[in-house]
Amino acid sequence: MLKLLAIGLVAGVFSALFGVGGGIVIVPLLVIVGLPGKMATGTSLAAIGLTAAAGTVAYGLHGDLKPGAAAILGVPAVFGVVVGVALQQRLARRTLTFGFALFLTAVGIRLLV
Amino acid sequence: MEILAVILGFVGGVLAGLFGVGGGILFVPTLVLVLGLTQVHAEATSLLAILPTVLVGAWRQHRHGNVDWRAALLVGLGSVAGVEGGVQAAKALPEDVLRRLFAVFMLFVAANLAWRAFRPKPPYPSERDPA
Repeated sequence: MLKLLAIGLVAGVFSALFGVGGGIVIVPLLVIVGLPGKMATGTSLAAIGLTAAAGTVAYGLHGDLKPGAAAILGVPAVFGVVVGVALQQRLARRTLTFGFALFLTAVGIRLLV
Repeated sequence: MEILAVILGFVGGVLAGLFGVGGGILFVPTLVLVLGLTQVHAEATSLLAILPTVLVGAWRQHRHGNVDWRAALLVGLGSVAGVEGGVQAAKALPEDVLRRLFAVFMLFVAANLAWRAFRPKPPYPSERDPA
């Protein structure tokens, strides 16, 4: 139980610092404490619900939210996540994972310079 | 540019469903590079966009029996305690430092994913025998 709370604490700082859900921290740590892979990704999504809600409120109080821009991304993302979860049940992910890694590298370099 | 953002929003959702990550890592650069937000506004706004995505994602994963709700609640509650620290840190850092820090974080995630793609034995048991 303490382990799970500690995972959350680390993920919460990460999430708010970078504006991400924190899944990149939560999923591998849940696997380390013994959850199977798909269980870890599903549980991570549920936990991020609380993380993102807390982060939204905290940033909202500072006046940093742009709800219109959030809708432009969030509404199509809801349709995307339904597709993603369905794909996860049947897809071999190796190629896709590597493609995603390449894409992130390109965007990361663009933001860095 | 809005249409590109809509497409990237959809892709971000697909990645969130596939990897249990990937919403925000795509939302933040889209908000900065495509919609022109500052890094702090992009991070705040990304969290709001993540919210409906993960709620629907968790519901879909629940139908596949892939959510441990007790673990999710504990991790979620722990994260609430950490959030304010992250917000304070993000707002205290200069804009360009925060943006570059995020870029380094992206490269770290990319390296992590590449490692997962190429190591001979997939790290998660579920990836060995896709259902």
